[in-house]
Amino acid sequence: MTDASAQSRRTIHPAWLRLTHWLNAIAVIVMVTSGWRIYDASPIFGFSFPTKVTLGGWLGGALQWHFAAMWLLVANGLIYLACNLFSGRLRRQFFPLTARQFAADFLAALRGRLAHDDPRHYNAVQRAAYLFVMLDIVLMVASGLVLWKSVQFPLLRELLGGYETARRVHFFAMSALVGFFVVHVVMVALVPRTLIAMLRGR
Amino acid sequence: MTDRKIITMKDGEAMLADAVRKIAEPSRRTFLQRTLTLGGLSLLSGCSLDDQPSVEAALGKVSSWNDRIQGLLFDPNRLAPTYPESMITRPFPFNAYYDEDQAPDIDGDAWRLELSGLIADRKPWTLAQLRALPQSDQITRHICVEGWSAIGRWGGVPFSLFLKTVGADLNAKYVGFKCADDYYTSIDMPTALHPQTIMALTYDGRTLPRQYGYPMKLRMPTKLGYKNPKHIQAIFVTNTYPGGYWEDQGYNWFGGS
Repeated sequence: MTDASAQSRRTIHPAWLRLTHWLNAIAVIVMVTSGWRIYDASPIFGFSFPTKVTLGGWLGGALQWHFAAMWLLVANGLIYLACNLFSGRLRRQFFPLTARQFAADFLAALRGRLAHDDPRHYNAVQRAAYLFVMLDIVLMVASGLVLWKSVQFPLLRELLGGYETARRVHFFAMSALVGFFVVHVVMVALVPRTLIAMLRGR
Repeated sequence: MTDRKIITMKDGEAMLADAVRKIAEPSRRTFLQRTLTLGGLSLLSGCSLDDQPSVEAALGKVSSWNDRIQGLLFDPNRLAPTYPESMITRPFPFNAYYDEDQAPDIDGDAWRLELSGLIADRKPWTLAQLRALPQSDQITRHICVEGWSAIGRWGGVPFSLFLKTVGADLNAKYVGFKCADDYYTSIDMPTALHPQTIMALTYDGRTLPRQYGYPMKLRMPTKLGYKNPKHIQAIFVTNTYPGGYWEDQGYNWFGGS
């Protein structure tokens, strides 16, 4: 075994992954909290988000944050996907993913018996969850583009069922993202060395 | 006495050892607190960052950058979707920076549309003269910056036709509007010349009602609601950035959809 491969075996998360992970975390937190303030300007459903947990102070401020952080979210997301794809990490870490393995790992996780012996290796529940959140953010961006530019992106608009439907898709994709975030943070709290790994790489 | 001393020392050592162990082995609870605080901190810093002038300036710069991007994305030939009459939102919502009963009452006979700036023929226009020009009709979606949308029907003079008629400089950057309700805004020339940009004189087949902008509003289905000025009194063409009522407070200037 060469030194390089020994080195890469010790590394759980390469530097590019850690960097894009934290930049994405910042972008998502800014997008979601400013998005809540924008939602509050004209709530779709019978509730508003408490102003204290929103970003921007008022609609205009929230829109400025939202339309600034969107560039970080998209640029960083594209870099992440490109590195993931071309390094072979996407295929290596997330596939194969079978329904049977997912069910087995999910049940094991519920019983608290899911092993975390090797943090380099994702179990089927992790694979599904991380792939889900990738696709969910893609859906957030697509529906967001329809809300921002419904006239200029007619194909995307029609694919998402028009402006008003895209608005709801944007909301539910946000809800799913927040749901992922909560579970993700709880899991990190239960297995704290994953946080160290995402900071130090090892 | 001696025994007692030893016991105290042992207690002290045990406590110290316990403390060292606690520091060396961060508990799960500590990590839970830290990770949760990470989220809380970013929220808090976001809120306080908001008030800092440097952050405001940076966000303003990104907003100007977004103006340029939107200008590039804008396709002068791409039409906003149109809808059947059955889809018109009834009643069409009133929206302004004031309440509906405060909408200005304007005497249509006395009203004159003033023109200024880079326009060859700057004589004022009467409502009758505008009604005598070719008219066009549209059923389009009005999208508010707040997120809601409503479908309405507007009719009036294609703005590109009007600008050409009065000899406006079509290479100028901006067209500005001053309104009877003290509202003001401005748009880019490509949007001004878009085929669906009209000087609306009617709403749903009847004279434009007071609350929707009598006697004339600019209707652009390619821009958000706040870019569609009502009760227009003056139009000017310029190369100097004119801003707008909401835009000067932080709304994005291009405001296109």
